[in-house]
Amino acid sequence: MANRPLSPHLGIWKWGPHMLVSILHRVSGDGLALVGLPVLVWWIAAMASGPAAYDSFLSHATAPYGMVVLIGLSWAFFNHLCSGLRHFVLDMGAGYELDANRRWSIGSMIGALVLTAAFWAAIFAF
Amino acid sequence: MGNGTSIGRVRALGAAGHGTHHWLLQRFTAAGNFLGGVFLVASFLFLPDASFATMRDYFASPVPATILALFLISVFWHARLGLQVLIEDYVHEAGNKFAALVALNLFTFAGAGFGLFAILRLALATTSLGGAA
Repeated sequence: MANRPLSPHLGIWKWGPHMLVSILHRVSGDGLALVGLPVLVWWIAAMASGPAAYDSFLSHATAPYGMVVLIGLSWAFFNHLCSGLRHFVLDMGAGYELDANRRWSIGSMIGALVLTAAFWAAIFAF
Repeated sequence: MGNGTSIGRVRALGAAGHGTHHWLLQRFTAAGNFLGGVFLVASFLFLPDASFATMRDYFASPVPATILALFLISVFWHARLGLQVLIEDYVHEAGNKFAALVALNLFTFAGAGFGLFAILRLALATTSLGGAA
């Protein structure tokens, strides 16, 4: 670390939804990149390789540990999607008022949970 | 143009003109990810099951195969840009940062290249098999 006075960092701030949504955007995005993309490519390559490779993929994907990974990835996808849409709004210069910022931060996180639950409900129901 | 301080070395050279390039590409690819992601989620919801025959027949047909290929390019590009920022934020030692960025480029180009090859094989091989059956 630099041997000079540093500006106050993570430790001293009071938590707010805008901090959490920002951190979760990075966590879910990097999770998708480091775990989601290998799984996506594995799935595509399994389809291209034939029934045996695909069934092997499916046996892992539908096992309990596989479901944990897939549900986690689907949450990461919907979370990154919702907070990404929030970023598009912020990029236009809107939503910086404290109340609006707080509302959209909480809304995007709840939206992600709702979409994840709805997605799996639809998958298991039909 | 001075050569003492770091600001003196760049003063009067003017803006490079691509300061927002990385930022904009992150947005362009985000739009592509949005469209492709919605397509993929909708496909999973509307396909009757996850069996090999169902998935293969669907994703080997021209339009889904094309969208999947474009989605793959968009997400890998977006991931490369995002992970680059992660590395630049947390890896401070110059040598380690360089090594991490090299590894990142290899990972994303190899992943996207392999994925695209698989989609091509899927789409082309299935056409001839379908014709025979």
